[in-house]
Amino acid sequence: MSNRVVNLLVPIISIILGLLVGAIVMLFSGYDPVSGYIALWNGIFGDSYAIGETIRQISPYILAGLAVAFAFRSGLFNIGVEGQLMVGWFTAVYVGAAFELPMIIHLPITLLAAALAGALWGLVPGILKATLKVHEVIVTIMMNYVALHVVNALIKTVSGGSYKTDKIQPTASLRSDFLSNLTDYSTLHYGIFVALAMVAVMWFLLEKTKTGFELKAVGFNENASQYAGMNVKKNIILSMVISGAFAGLAGAMEGLGTFGSMTTQGGFTGIGFDGIAVALLGANTPLGVIFGASLFGSLKYGANNMPNAANIPLEIVSIVVALIIFFVASGYIIRVGLQRLNKKKEAK
Amino acid sequence: MSKRKYGLALSLVLAAGTLLGACGTDKDKDKDSSSSKGGNESDFSVAMVTDVGGIDDKSFNQSAWEGIKKFGEDNKLSEGDGGYAYLQSKGEADYIPNLNALVRRDFNLVFGVGFMMEDAIGTIAGQQEDKLFAIIDGEVDQPNVANILFKEQEGAFLAGVAAALMTESDKIGFVGGVDIPVIERFEAGFVAGVAAVNPDIKVDVKYTGAFDKAELGKAEAGRMYSSGVDIIFHAAGGTGNGVFSEAKERKQADKNANVWVIGVDSDQYDEGQVGDDNITLTSMLKRVDNAVQDISKLAQEGKFPGGETKVYGLHDDGVALADSRGAIPEDVMKQIDEYAKQIADGEIEVPEFR
Repeated sequence: MSNRVVNLLVPIISIILGLLVGAIVMLFSGYDPVSGYIALWNGIFGDSYAIGETIRQISPYILAGLAVAFAFRSGLFNIGVEGQLMVGWFTAVYVGAAFELPMIIHLPITLLAAALAGALWGLVPGILKATLKVHEVIVTIMMNYVALHVVNALIKTVSGGSYKTDKIQPTASLRSDFLSNLTDYSTLHYGIFVALAMVAVMWFLLEKTKTGFELKAVGFNENASQYAGMNVKKNIILSMVISGAFAGLAGAMEGLGTFGSMTTQGGFTGIGFDGIAVALLGANTPLGVIFGASLFGSLKYGANNMPNAANIPLEIVSIVVALIIFFVASGYIIRVGLQRLNKKKEAK
Repeated sequence: MSKRKYGLALSLVLAAGTLLGACGTDKDKDKDSSSSKGGNESDFSVAMVTDVGGIDDKSFNQSAWEGIKKFGEDNKLSEGDGGYAYLQSKGEADYIPNLNALVRRDFNLVFGVGFMMEDAIGTIAGQQEDKLFAIIDGEVDQPNVANILFKEQEGAFLAGVAAALMTESDKIGFVGGVDIPVIERFEAGFVAGVAAVNPDIKVDVKYTGAFDKAELGKAEAGRMYSSGVDIIFHAAGGTGNGVFSEAKERKQADKNANVWVIGVDSDQYDEGQVGDDNITLTSMLKRVDNAVQDISKLAQEGKFPGGETKVYGLHDDGVALADSRGAIPEDVMKQIDEYAKQIADGEIEVPEFR
């Protein structure tokens, strides 16, 4: 078997294995796996409404995945995407509601503000890592909690004691009647284009610029990069800032597209943490992130249809989805298995 | 090598073919059965979308679901399309897709359970003008939406009276979910009820910021009990389950521990059982189930109160205190009943805001 075939086989086998084990779980808990998977399929691709909602769900995942992947490429583990996303979400909603400007200025400014807020939240762990060698994992995790409660407090202050911010002005909204009508009143919005544009930006930055080369070099080996005359500290900070900006934009997807406002959050949204898995599934490449985000977003949204159409309780559904993702993520095992099989055959 | 490659490619194509083929036929079958079902059914069907709590939150969503089930049983409906159903929301992002899913399944009336669903109901009701909706605890100004509100403050007032009469430490706690107008009514009524009996009692008011985080409720209850509070009233949905587990753990560790919980929405007596003891003092009932049945019946009879707001209070049994099963002695019960009568007669005006 050539490498190409193996590369193609690994994801297919892993998805099939995931579906199989998921089916066993459903069978043992007394539910029909066939109708369950049909419900899942219809939940993702069933009609234009489902497709619209699925794409809507994918947009923030792409950006969260990019954020994690970007930091990874320079050797940093940004677990703070969750917090950066919340800060971005709040900033987007605030700027979107507080100002009255023509759309052509308002929307870009709002997106920029969200990115900046996320970047700022990424800057802190970046500086601490670069100057004091404080591990970014600890700082970013803690910054998540800071973000959660600061944002909740800000929502209360800004809204005058309410649990919810004002709705954003229509000029800052990513919602589109066109896309919504196209998909039978789904909440699909222009955010997906923002997300895809950012994929291109990350690719360009990493592959076509000197800065990108330096960032990757720092990721491969800090000491070698230093020896080669690169400013390692600057690159670490820059990496966290850009990563944070992506995360902030992911928050803007929720604020400007899906919800149009922000309510006080009882806990984390989960998008940022899922972003870690999205990035790893996508091998930390921009294109891979699209794949990872599509898988995550589709499963997350489509799974909602399983209680709806097949009467499978949400808890079982969560287990099944987790199993599918688990098998996809453990593609390495399947790859090794395939290679062993191959060697044996060749030996014969 | 190349032969092997072809073989592999072939088998892959075959596998994909069978898989996709299977999908196709099943899907068609699915469609057929659903359309034939829709054609025969003429009964009035109802469905609801839960808040994040789910239908087993032992509280508000559960009560609504019981109402729907009761309506279904009374009308000999079965669970599923054309009968009655529910969908659970995992988060805010699910409200609109869940409401849409039920509307698409052609339920005659769809309930949104919870204040947080106001925006979602507003959006969907605007798009689906020929469908009926109802929202519990919220107000949406649309001709096809019925609004259901409760005078929680009246029930909470009685809970406050009960707590104030029963406390030994003169310290009482209130654990709220998210700080929204509905829960504020609980708090305001409860604090007013306590103050009506004894203005010197301190009520420790705390919001956890979530309706589905039992661990937060447990932590808050632990802090309150340790500071000398002996009765906690919770208005926090699933978060309140943590208040119960903290109280039960304390009771289990020390049979003489003086810890009590006042339940909310449903009769939470079963939640408080610890061996032979029970730490549930009483529960403030919010008869969401009655309201759900009421509105469903009206809609079934073609008298759907669209665009109107129905407020259920003490005098029409919208709110009440549950049977304490002996936890509250007779003479105290009499005092509480007196307050209840005064509220129902309008002699006591219970504040809505803190």
